[in-house]
Amino acid sequence: MFRKILSPFARLFEFHARTHYRTERHSMALTLGIIVAAGVGGFVEIAPLFTIDETVEAAPDMRLYTPLEQAGRDIYIREGCYACHSQMIRTLQDEVDRYGPYSLAVESQYDHPMLWGSKRTGPDLARLGNKYSDDWHVRHLVDPRAVVPESVMPQYAFLLDTTLETESLPDRLAALRVVGVPYSDEQIANADVDARGQARPDTDAADGVSERYGDTTGIRQFDGQRDRVTEMDALVAYLQILGGLTDAAFENQPLGED
Amino acid sequence: MSVKERDPLTGHQTTGHEWNGITELNTRVPRAVWFFIIVTHIWALVYWVLMPAWPLVNTYTRGLLGIDQQEQVEERVAAADATRGIWADQIAALPLDKIRDDTLLMAHVERTAPALFGDNCAACHGSRAKGGPGYPSLVDDAWLWGGDDETILETLRVGINSPHPDTRYAEMLAFGRDGMLDRDQIRVVADYVQSLAGLDSGASPERLEEGAALFADNCSSCHGEDGAGMQDLGAPNLTDNYWIYGGSDEALFETIYGGRQGWMPAWENRLTGAQRKLLAIYITSLADGGPQ
Repeated sequence: MFRKILSPFARLFEFHARTHYRTERHSMALTLGIIVAAGVGGFVEIAPLFTIDETVEAAPDMRLYTPLEQAGRDIYIREGCYACHSQMIRTLQDEVDRYGPYSLAVESQYDHPMLWGSKRTGPDLARLGNKYSDDWHVRHLVDPRAVVPESVMPQYAFLLDTTLETESLPDRLAALRVVGVPYSDEQIANADVDARGQARPDTDAADGVSERYGDTTGIRQFDGQRDRVTEMDALVAYLQILGGLTDAAFENQPLGED
Repeated sequence: MSVKERDPLTGHQTTGHEWNGITELNTRVPRAVWFFIIVTHIWALVYWVLMPAWPLVNTYTRGLLGIDQQEQVEERVAAADATRGIWADQIAALPLDKIRDDTLLMAHVERTAPALFGDNCAACHGSRAKGGPGYPSLVDDAWLWGGDDETILETLRVGINSPHPDTRYAEMLAFGRDGMLDRDQIRVVADYVQSLAGLDSGASPERLEEGAALFADNCSSCHGEDGAGMQDLGAPNLTDNYWIYGGSDEALFETIYGGRQGWMPAWENRLTGAQRKLLAIYITSLADGGPQ
């Protein structure tokens, strides 16, 4: 059967066999051939980036992650939350019904690396911010089964006892700036103080956070402890901003009028 | 080293290489492999023509089918909304009592509301809506802000202590931590609060009297002189023996010492008006001893 179907291509095969045979005997020709073949694969991956301005939406209201939220994001990655939780609402009707507007590329503009994921042992978290209270997040991370009896999530109670390491935050923000997140010099220089200020609303450091990151920034004791800034503060601050960096998706897909 | 040399057994050409009399066959690529390569390439050509495929300088080829998954999902959501709209529009327009009287609409409520509750409310209030430490039960008769339809709908819309601009706001002050009451006074007032709820605190009448005086000075402005609470302020009734944070000695001490401030999320931007009405009807049906 194959013979019959392929018979029109007989000359092509003959040409291929001959050329292949010759090239194999010339090392430079073979090297060039490999480069060209690999180059095609590379081009196909890179070429879509040429149209990124066309395909990624604009979001003028896009805000940055504060240092505390960024620290929480790093904890999210460190603890492997992405292994069970995705952060991308797909363009499917049931996903939009359950989670809200489908995710836009621009929402991940400042995510390095992005945490879209494809594995959902737990629910998608792309629009989790402000859906539950800080207190709920703390209890749930300390003991998930205390609030959701059927949950299979591990416990993260140690976050509540682990003081947040903030000294490296200026460096971490500077690294993000290199890959395109527009942190200002001032924001980088004060990252350390701002991270602690955001979780301690009764201190002077808190004022700097709203000054540098906007009045709508959530400045609270995320973990309910007054005197310490813990990793729980950072992680809850991050969870509460998920989906809240820009309203672009909501403007694009408004909630029904009824 | 003749290229044309053929292996007598297989009939294939040899490469001309020879090691100790063993020659290497120059076997052709099997025809089945060629077949699949060609089929997949033809498929790729068809796909490029029909679907969005190639990047151009500042746009991309849209394909003859003009498929856009974002448009597709928006159409499907709109279609689903239109199907639901047949009854959802009525629910959005009618007051809750009218909906409760309409068996057809109530059938939709009973089918839809449990899923909405499970996905949005159950995380805190529990899958059976019985609440838990820190989260109010929705099946008892006690309501912080009021259990009538309008109040429940408003609470669902704006939340309590949430980031919503119109949010309901309430805070139990930290009487101990902020130095308004010392530890002994807190224990005394806790005993008095237990006696208000009809619990046996084991306190002497003099101690209760002292507690009553402290209560009048510190607590009555929100909880009322009789401790029955004020729904306008979201201050709970202390006489009904329903507790959010617990009525034990330890729990009361912690509440009075460190204060409390719950957080109910605002749902205005997540749920439609009809969906909030579905939930309000569902919640009140639970409070009336409805489905569990």
